[in-house]
Amino acid sequence: MSIIAALPEVVSLVAEGTDNPRADFSDTPLWLTVVKALIVFVYLLVSTLLVIWFERRVIGRMQQRPGPNRNGPFGLLQTLADGMKAMLKEDVRPKAADAFVFTLAPIITASMAFVAFAIMPMAGEVSMFGHTTPFQLTDTPVAVLLVLAVAGVGIYGVVLAGWSSGSTYPLMGGLRSSAQMISYEIAMGLSLVAVFLYAGSMSTSQIVSAQSDLWFVVPAFFSFFVYVITMVGETNRLPFDLAEGEGELTGGFHTEYGSMRFAMFFLGEYINMFTVSALATTMFLGGYQAPPGLASVFGGALNEGWWGLLWFTAKLWMFMFVFVWLRGSLPRVRYDQFMRFGWKFLIPATLAWVVLVAFFRAGQNGWLGGTWDVAGRSFPVVSLVLVGVIAVLALVGGWMWDTRTERKEAAAHPEIPDEIDPYAGGHPVPPMPGQRLREPSLTAPALPSAPDTEEAPRG
Amino acid sequence: MTGTGEEVMFWILGPLSVLGALGLVFAKKAVHAALGMALTMIILGIFYIAQDADFLGVIQIFVYTGAVIMLFLFVVMLVGVDSSDSLVETLTGQRWATAVLSLGLGGILGAQIGRASLDDAVGLDAVNAQTGNVSGVAELIFGRYVWVFEITSALLITAALGAMVLAHRERLGKGPNQKEWSKRRFQEGEHLAGLPAPGVYARHNAVDTPALLPDGTPSELSVSRVLTARDQNLAPEEYTAGERTIERDVQEGGER
Repeated sequence: MSIIAALPEVVSLVAEGTDNPRADFSDTPLWLTVVKALIVFVYLLVSTLLVIWFERRVIGRMQQRPGPNRNGPFGLLQTLADGMKAMLKEDVRPKAADAFVFTLAPIITASMAFVAFAIMPMAGEVSMFGHTTPFQLTDTPVAVLLVLAVAGVGIYGVVLAGWSSGSTYPLMGGLRSSAQMISYEIAMGLSLVAVFLYAGSMSTSQIVSAQSDLWFVVPAFFSFFVYVITMVGETNRLPFDLAEGEGELTGGFHTEYGSMRFAMFFLGEYINMFTVSALATTMFLGGYQAPPGLASVFGGALNEGWWGLLWFTAKLWMFMFVFVWLRGSLPRVRYDQFMRFGWKFLIPATLAWVVLVAFFRAGQNGWLGGTWDVAGRSFPVVSLVLVGVIAVLALVGGWMWDTRTERKEAAAHPEIPDEIDPYAGGHPVPPMPGQRLREPSLTAPALPSAPDTEEAPRG
Repeated sequence: MTGTGEEVMFWILGPLSVLGALGLVFAKKAVHAALGMALTMIILGIFYIAQDADFLGVIQIFVYTGAVIMLFLFVVMLVGVDSSDSLVETLTGQRWATAVLSLGLGGILGAQIGRASLDDAVGLDAVNAQTGNVSGVAELIFGRYVWVFEITSALLITAALGAMVLAHRERLGKGPNQKEWSKRRFQEGEHLAGLPAPGVYARHNAVDTPALLPDGTPSELSVSRVLTARDQNLAPEEYTAGERTIERDVQEGGER
């Protein structure tokens, strides 16, 4: 009953903090919002053009070949040429396709990819055409949920593309990738809950400003680990690109697509990569804030205004490099293993982690007992107890796991005796490597004597 | 009070959502019906957001469009193409009863809504400025209504578990192996040598060409049920017709 009695206090503590976004749009006229929307759009398009070239060049380097280097300096215009080619190609639609949905699907994918970027804070307060405005299109108290919701709508593009193609491989690819994206979205959402708990808000601008002392990658390290895995699964990239496994499904959901419709899927996929990377940057790596060390030089000048765009872009491209690196080094996983990993490891583990973080946070807020001073710093007792319990559990679990593997190992490899009686079973058996042959025992059944019948003379 | 922007948005999105709802009822293909429902759900979410209930709106889109209707789509897409809606009335007089009941319901709803008098909308501005959208909802769910919320969620979890338990079929014995299958086949005495393979005895060896039985009729058993439902089977007629022409020519030549 004490919990129930404590509830009103907890409620009053919750009510104290407001979660309204900290970004201040009061000095932002409508036309400036339109200009910012245009800037975000162009930023994404140019980044996509660059990242396709970047990916091909880096993978080329990893595979000891040059990669595209013919069009423009360093092959920079290769993507532009590919895009022009896609536009000029013949627009083919299969006879069995559902005409309306077949065209709708790529439009959904491409347009939804752009929407999610509207809430990313790409820089702090900047002055733009005489107005002081945060460099993000909009912000709401539920900005991060908006990204997840938009991603959920974006999956429709994939599912509908698979269905409307009127063919088997696309249907299977569409089902696969949508099942994959939905499953990994659950783990992704759960991993972000820890960040919400630390920041006390779901608005991106508040989350970034809550990281001014410590990036959340440190306290929420397990969330970061889960998020990075789910972000690769969410974007259908290698090693999780099962939806397009060429060996199994030809092209997956976009098998029947060509020309501009295919280009739109391509664009959507790359912008989705930017979106999840931008979300990772915002949630875990301090968003547009300068890296530690640089943040305090020149009296914090590097942490203000347009400098934020540089740090944001640098962190974004770090994640893009990780995407390419993964693609260059890892083989594709098997679909059932992938799903088992998502449902049976990532989701339960993240759930446990969120509960743990909730306890830590409650301890920090002083709701669960007092503090304990160790070496001049005070820690909540609950956190220390929890850390102790987890350490003990990890030790016990590791020991149990060790003994179990040892037992399994012993069961799998029974001990081989040094000597072997080759005729023990009545049938000659060759020795295993390292075994000695024993002389045939007297008790062994006698070898059958030579056959009575002589071979009949031939001819 | 509704602002001009909100009014304009309502008159654009309102008809669209009604269109989506009508599409759900009248669309011929099940996937189109599900799409109509998704459209309506998204527009509902946008309406919530326009009325300052950001959290509710985003959750509406996230849960209904992203999860519930996606599951609908899954099922609809996976249902075989050969299963079509039965248009036979299973209960006599069902349609008339439905028409009368829905007209009555519409009448009651119309009369009540027409008589209702609405005060000026309070709006969420004050609440949003004070505690914030999410904290406000959290305060209600985890404060005042915590038991209602927890009991409802326990009920829902029980329902989900119950559905899984009821739908899960435990295998009581072990499944028949190949030998038992073959024994059973011989006991039943049908298709002793297995089903006829497609393309056998026909002029084509593709899976969509039914086998021809010794008397020349195509065997339905030899081709996939799905292909038959899609009308994608090749008819052997063009080959048998050609053969018949040749036979006739030979016969005519013999008689001459």
